[in-house]
Amino acid sequence: MLAQYIMLVFVGLLIAPVAGGLIAGLDRRVTARVQSRFGPPLLQPFYDVAKLLGKESMIVNSWQVFCAYMYLLGAVLSVVLLFLQSDLLLLFFVQAIGALFLVFGAMSAPSPYSQVGAQRELMQILAYEPLLILVFVGIYLATGSFQISEILTHEQPLLFKLPLLFIVLGYALTIKLRKSPFDFSTSHHAHQELVKGVTTEFSGPYLAIIEVAHWYETVLVLGLVALFWSTSLWGMLALLLGTYFLEILIDNTMARLTWRWMLSYVWIVGLVLSVLNLSWLYAS
Amino acid sequence: MSIIKDFINKSRIKSPWIVHFDCGSCNGCDIETLAVLTPLYDVERFGIINVGNPKHADVLLVTGTVNYRNQHVLKTIYEQMPHPKAVVAIGACGLSGGVFRDCYNVVGGVDRVIPVDVYVPGCPPKPEAIIDGVVLGLEKFAAKARGEDVSRFETRRPFDKKQADQGAVNVQTTATQEG
Ligand code: SF4
Repeated sequence: MLAQYIMLVFVGLLIAPVAGGLIAGLDRRVTARVQSRFGPPLLQPFYDVAKLLGKESMIVNSWQVFCAYMYLLGAVLSVVLLFLQSDLLLLFFVQAIGALFLVFGAMSAPSPYSQVGAQRELMQILAYEPLLILVFVGIYLATGSFQISEILTHEQPLLFKLPLLFIVLGYALTIKLRKSPFDFSTSHHAHQELVKGVTTEFSGPYLAIIEVAHWYETVLVLGLVALFWSTSLWGMLALLLGTYFLEILIDNTMARLTWRWMLSYVWIVGLVLSVLNLSWLYAS
Repeated sequence: MSIIKDFINKSRIKSPWIVHFDCGSCNGCDIETLAVLTPLYDVERFGIINVGNPKHADVLLVTGTVNYRNQHVLKTIYEQMPHPKAVVAIGACGLSGGVFRDCYNVVGGVDRVIPVDVYVPGCPPKPEAIIDGVVLGLEKFAAKARGEDVSRFETRRPFDKKQADQGAVNVQTTATQEG
């Protein structure tokens, strides 16, 4: 039993970032193809991070460094908790704290760009956290537990019971991955400081840390998606691929909108879908 | 350990993030520089990303004439970039001041203010020549990081006829340029 746990922690710690990096590379390639370009090699995200690690460390203040590490720690811990099949709520709080440390780090620098980015990141957190909680509540109502190990024993795919909440999770996923139309605080395609937002003041190795933490986060959200079809491996894989492909497609076809629009739209749509799904669950 | 070091060194060439600073060019060089980023040339194939932030950048592309006002800005941008970094001066104006060389407010080439690694001549240079310039600059700083002699990469000032005739490695020799 202990050996199994150690195995799971090992998988969470080491396989997750590799998978996250590969997903990021695939993302960039598919995006390039959608834009009728050739795109970078699959391993490009790893080259980027290795290069950043080899750069001089220029810091604004030491608090910023601490925040970068805490962000990484939050992401890593939540992925490990996911692989250990721990409690969904615990996982939720750990990732929320990690996400907040990124905001603190950006706030600690007096640069207007990183300040604006930090405010927008807060808005994004404000938009997706309630949705995530509603999804977890839905999972609880459907399976009777917040414990992932018990959710996995549920004999029917959750998707059948929670189709609307899956869409809600999709919204949270898009915001969390900072993809269009929700890429306010920072975006991979950012060409201006304002759009680079939260990460503006991070450079060199610390930017690499944030990038790696983002890979962990990708694995975390995709893990949550996989929960919706936990009964069969193929179903899980198909669901993951489908969701992520849709994600890339949306990223490429949508323009960035304002955060006000995000808050009102995501809350209204998210709440309506959640309430519909939850009341249906309650009635049946 | 050396495997990791090698990988980092290899990655430096494979992932150049560029920041583009326009020292008041006529816009000819800027258009060519930005054309490099379009799907036609698709420099993301080589891992090149155009970032807006000197703190994330590896390569600084400078176009236009440096004058007494913007030389401070240029210097600040250069200093904000973490090591290792490379500077590519683009166009006749970036190299020497070009047609504006004799203006009262013009300092001259970019290298009067910050050290330049690669000169890309032309008025304006072709996008291919700019890509070559970036690649050459990266090879140079990767070699520097390995502690190699970089003199074989030394580029010559193109207006220096005598040196140019010696056939040194120059962007001009690897990509034809017009203008
Ligand atoms: S080199 Fe020619 S094209 Fe470039 S900025 Fe100068 S005048 Fe314009």
